[in-house]
Amino acid sequence: MTAAEERRAGGAEIGGRDRALIAGLSAATLAAVFCACLLGSTPLAPSRVLGAFFGVGAPGDLVVVWSIRLPRAAAAFLVGAALGLSGAALQGLLRNPLAEPGVLGVSACASLAATLSLAFGIVAFSPWALPIAAILGALAATGLIAAAALRTASVVTLILIGVGLSSFAGAAMTLLLNLAPNPFSLADLVNWMLGSVANRSFEDIALAAPFMALGAALLIGSGRGLSALTLGEEAASGVGLDLKRQRIVTVIGAGLATGAAVALAGAIGFVGIVAPHLVRPWVDHDPARSLIPAALLAGLILVLADIGVRLAPTAQELKLGVVAALIGAPAFVWIAMARRAAYE
Amino acid sequence: MSEPASLEVRDLSLNAGAAALVRGASFRLGSGAFVALLGPNGAGKTSLIRGALGLIKPSAGWARIDGREAATLSPAQRARRVAYLPQRRPLAWPNRVRDVVALGRFAHGAALGRLGAADAAAVDRAIAACGLADLAERRTDTLSGGELARVHSARVFASGAPLLIADEPTAALDPRRQFEILDLIRSFTAQGGGALVALHDVPLAARYATRMIWMKEGRILADGPPEETVTAERLRAVYGVRALVEEGRITFLGAA
Repeated sequence: MTAAEERRAGGAEIGGRDRALIAGLSAATLAAVFCACLLGSTPLAPSRVLGAFFGVGAPGDLVVVWSIRLPRAAAAFLVGAALGLSGAALQGLLRNPLAEPGVLGVSACASLAATLSLAFGIVAFSPWALPIAAILGALAATGLIAAAALRTASVVTLILIGVGLSSFAGAAMTLLLNLAPNPFSLADLVNWMLGSVANRSFEDIALAAPFMALGAALLIGSGRGLSALTLGEEAASGVGLDLKRQRIVTVIGAGLATGAAVALAGAIGFVGIVAPHLVRPWVDHDPARSLIPAALLAGLILVLADIGVRLAPTAQELKLGVVAALIGAPAFVWIAMARRAAYE
Repeated sequence: MSEPASLEVRDLSLNAGAAALVRGASFRLGSGAFVALLGPNGAGKTSLIRGALGLIKPSAGWARIDGREAATLSPAQRARRVAYLPQRRPLAWPNRVRDVVALGRFAHGAALGRLGAADAAAVDRAIAACGLADLAERRTDTLSGGELARVHSARVFASGAPLLIADEPTAALDPRRQFEILDLIRSFTAQGGGALVALHDVPLAARYATRMIWMKEGRILADGPPEETVTAERLRAVYGVRALVEEGRITFLGAA
């Protein structure tokens, strides 16, 4: 075997490693979703869950699995996957590991738009009103940040713009809270701000999934350009990347996926930072190859976190977004501090 | 590098707002030429390069690559004809050397981690030519400045483009590393490639270049072989330095 052949064999092995990573994460996700169906206020035996999966078993089991636990776990996975994918793609586009829908204010703006559509009763006209409002909010924020990215190379500036967007959206939502006409809408608003997948049905998922799928297709389809951006924008354009197109596609893809995730679960932060960060060393720090594993890992993390939320012995159920922030925010600080040491 | 290619710039003027970056510049880059682009800081070298590539819209004149208006080529079409090594070469992630070199094949549709046979072969050749075989699996954040310069050169050569434009490829390198990079570019032009290379070291440029383009304040003052264009008067006019030029040897005496 010549050296070149050996290296090519090595290349094939790398491709195999990517596939093994994706297969492993998929298997772990399926196992976690299965566990989510087992565990809860009334634990079900694996045989009863399996039976319910195939439509046989006690009617009570069928209801618990198909109407409560499975849609909830699926929602947690899809929301996590959409946020992980958006995070990985935005990090590739902005060439910074701290970029993420939550940090950049995209989730907060989507939340605000969703809340507005609730507060003004637009949701009464069509079940699609809320996901579309959330997506428009997300697109407005991603578009603004991408436009700012044209003017400045500093990701710190972009993150500060995100902080501004988050603060504004938070303040506007608090204002809505103050003005909320009745306690029912108050509880609704709190859900959007804190993030939760409790009581989600397959109908809710069906309203968000098409947008997530479209966003995911755009992000994964344009992943190769994110690899080129490793070289910086000038050299990426030099190796043949259409920068303008890449920016538009990534912004729209991340806006669709994040907006749909927020429509389903409210604002859940930081999972889009943590998952890509953990995945990156396994894919040779290539933004394109990190996309799918980051999505799977983020989905897995939220499924596990949601199991934790359900099992935690608290009087009132914890909000998934709160737990995600409690784990994710320290991780964000840690990544930021490690980066300072390594790059500056 | 088989098909001959050409880049031609005619009466090109570039503006940034009210400021003129380049005024009425004309030159041609073809097969086999090693063209050094010289001039003091702010002379417009980088702007001329970006204008020649069609990255900045000209306010007058034109830039053509293989006879086609540069700005009308898609980035991928341009990249397959001209490889471009910009002045600033940040690497956002600590990728493996092989992957960075493989990004040179982007315009051919290469995706990292699953290169086709032609792309893998071009990457292997570039890695070997730039003496990176032992470093191919290393992460770029573990390399020295000289090693990184060779990685960027390999990335450019892996593209297989017949023309090369490099903006200060030897900046911040020690003398030996500078020779290494310019040797690589010379062997590229010796095999039929055409290179336009912005340089700051006049004696080094004179040693390697087949032609030298002298710029000052956005204008091209001279364009010709080193033996004709390197004179004490030119060094004074372009750089504002006093120098002795004897039989091709340049001795700088100080600021004029």
